[in-house]
Amino acid sequence: MNEENPSVETYIVVFVALLILAALTTGIAYINLGTLNTVVALAIAAVKMSLVGLFFMHLWYSRGLTRIVVLAGFFWLALMVLFTLADVFSRSWIKPPGP
Amino acid sequence: MFFIGGAAAVMMRLHLIEPAGALVQPETYNKLFTMHGVVMVFFFLIPSIPATLGNFLVPMMIGARDLAFPRLNLLSWYVYITGAAFTLYALISGGVDTGWTFYTPLSSHYLNTHVITTALGVFITGFSSILTGLNFIVTIHKMRAPGMTWKRMPLFLWSIYAASVIFVLATPVLAIALFLVGLERIFHVGIFDPAIGGDPVLFQHLFWFYSHPAVYIMILPGMGVVSELVTCFSKKKPFGYIFIAYSSLAIAVFSFLVWGHHLFVSSQSVYAGFISSALSFALAIPSAIKVFNWTATLYKGSISYQAPMLYALGFIGLFTMGGLTGLFLASLATGVHLHDTYFVIAHFHYIMVGGAVMAYLGGIHFWWPKITGRLYHDGWARFAALVIFVGFNLTFFPQYMLGYLGMPRRYAVYPAEFQVLDVMSSAGASHTRRRLLDSIRLSSLVHPLWTRSRIESLERERPGMGDAIAASHR
Amino acid sequence: MSESAASSPLAAPSARHLSPALHHQFEDIEQQRDAGNFGMWVFLATEMLFFGGVFTGYIMYRSLYYPGFAAGSHGLEVNLGAAMTFVLLASSFTMAMAVHAARAGRRGMLLGLLFATILLGIAFLGMKFTEYSHKWHEQMVPGLNFHPSLTELRGAPEHAVELFLCFYFFMTGLHALHMIIGIGLLSVMAILAWRGRISCEHYNRVEVSGLYWHFVDIIWIYLFPLLYLIGGRYK
Ligand SMILES: [Cu+2]
Repeated sequence: MNEENPSVETYIVVFVALLILAALTTGIAYINLGTLNTVVALAIAAVKMSLVGLFFMHLWYSRGLTRIVVLAGFFWLALMVLFTLADVFSRSWIKPPGP
Repeated sequence: MFFIGGAAAVMMRLHLIEPAGALVQPETYNKLFTMHGVVMVFFFLIPSIPATLGNFLVPMMIGARDLAFPRLNLLSWYVYITGAAFTLYALISGGVDTGWTFYTPLSSHYLNTHVITTALGVFITGFSSILTGLNFIVTIHKMRAPGMTWKRMPLFLWSIYAASVIFVLATPVLAIALFLVGLERIFHVGIFDPAIGGDPVLFQHLFWFYSHPAVYIMILPGMGVVSELVTCFSKKKPFGYIFIAYSSLAIAVFSFLVWGHHLFVSSQSVYAGFISSALSFALAIPSAIKVFNWTATLYKGSISYQAPMLYALGFIGLFTMGGLTGLFLASLATGVHLHDTYFVIAHFHYIMVGGAVMAYLGGIHFWWPKITGRLYHDGWARFAALVIFVGFNLTFFPQYMLGYLGMPRRYAVYPAEFQVLDVMSSAGASHTRRRLLDSIRLSSLVHPLWTRSRIESLERERPGMGDAIAASHR
Repeated sequence: MSESAASSPLAAPSARHLSPALHHQFEDIEQQRDAGNFGMWVFLATEMLFFGGVFTGYIMYRSLYYPGFAAGSHGLEVNLGAAMTFVLLASSFTMAMAVHAARAGRRGMLLGLLFATILLGIAFLGMKFTEYSHKWHEQMVPGLNFHPSLTELRGAPEHAVELFLCFYFFMTGLHALHMIIGIGLLSVMAILAWRGRISCEHYNRVEVSGLYWHFVDIIWIYLFPLLYLIGGRYK
């Protein structure tokens, strides 16, 4: 349809950005940030995923329906994780009566 | 279109192959109810309406030449057969006795039966479901004829679309759960293994993340069929079209939020139990919307009681009963009391047989002339519909009482005081089964020989049925 | 099934009878391409939840048994993991370029890029295999050969480490399986391109295979920090 397509330059820029981010995430692991280590690693992963998704997979240029499918995937994934964890971590809130 | 006939035939064959032996050993009994559950749920109820009526009607109703991916469709048929072959192999080579739910650690560490083969069969068949759902979604989105807007689509399509969403988003989770069970059996260690700190309840979470929505995979297409039938035979427009349509989607989404109601006594946290109980009640709303709209459609319509309509009316009554008793199970207090009793059995058979199977039979009757160019015998078909309704109630209504009195499911023996109700239920079961066959025979006049041999094989097994209480209708 | 896609680049999209690449059920080639892409996206949503099942378990156990998971993670070779990440990112880049070449109708370039992608994929699997064999020698394979003796694991709760390694093998194994399927898919594309069955009008299969390949890449983008970088690597 009327999608424009990314140019070769875009691909190259994205690729270089991905390589830098991959190096960054490995490097940061050697710096002590406490719990922030995990947060930063996951944030970088999310950025990398967005780059691949938006440009290599053309989400940036595609129409609403495709994006809805992607969002639906994330939404259902979140449901599964949330409801399962909601059980697991609220189990200990009430101590069973007993000896 | 050719293979749809084949699909229906094989599904019925699978449906009928499940054995009902006479006095069996408890081990055999365990295998029987497992096989019944696995075959009925994964190989009949889930694919029945989408694979037969859906493949036939979806392209026709939206004015497309065919589904978007016909070859993928054919592939899903072969995948289905492969999965069925594995499962049947497990059945022949000694059976499996985990129950259709494959709960760990029983399934992963304790049993020596053919768990892997069966799980593999279900796993493979899952891909068939996914491909079918994917095909419908793409077809409905991309292939509608000009002018066929969403709000002009027949209600059957809305429900098939909603079911497809569940197919696509839930089935993979079952696949991965069974995959992990299989690996755990092979390597004797895995993430559900309590010996290394694993949590078997995690399996139940993954399993029911699929299996509760799967209930709606089975019933949503049935609701779609009934919407069509009720509208057609009361000669009115559907009352509240938009409500029926959107309630299908609402069901598809909400069905993913309530799986915790299967885990009330599985050491689930009380808070999670409370939330899933409340959400289960919320889920009753869209179903009720549908029932009210159907009855409103009937109101002041000129109703003609032809065979498909009889099935549709049966559906509405039985589904309502099944749905309302579901609320007892969804509320925490009564749910704990009734958990794993015959009340549960009766509840889901009212939904699955009273709902999905009735709708399937109604739909098959309704579209049979369109599919084959032949008409069934109307008198016999009506007779069969009535008899099935009566027989079904005779079978499963006593089970409500049994369950309320505390008879647990999946036991091969039971205390003497339950006998009266159990015999009633069995009598009803053999009755229903015979009538089901009658109705199938009536509709498939094309293959008289084939069905006759089916009937004969059933005659042979029937004498034992009075004793094998639940084996015949598990 | 109109399989023979002899390319006729001049065929207008709406001229239904002119395009042999068009399957019978579609109105025009645009609709066909649209349906193909959309179908793959729906399939990827399925795949997301397929992997999601394991990720759910991972999140749950990681929060329950954090020390064991961190120790187990330190038993993995982070440099090898990083190298695999680079290889896979590079393959994603060549894949994206391959789709670009296919759209432009440049057969030679397409073939070269497909081969590059396949080779990078195979390189990734080779490194994966090396890593697996290291784990085997370190006796860190749960169920088959589990007597861990690495210094990193000393004092760590052994069961939790075993659980972590279960996840490591499940997740990377599942990912490797997808890689193998992807390589198979791309090989088919390469053969089709070789025979001239891919044209600027009919390149949808390459596009769809590319989507799949990128998805598998994204899974690894998450697996790398989740498996190799738990608790950081600082001393
Ligand atoms: Cu449920």
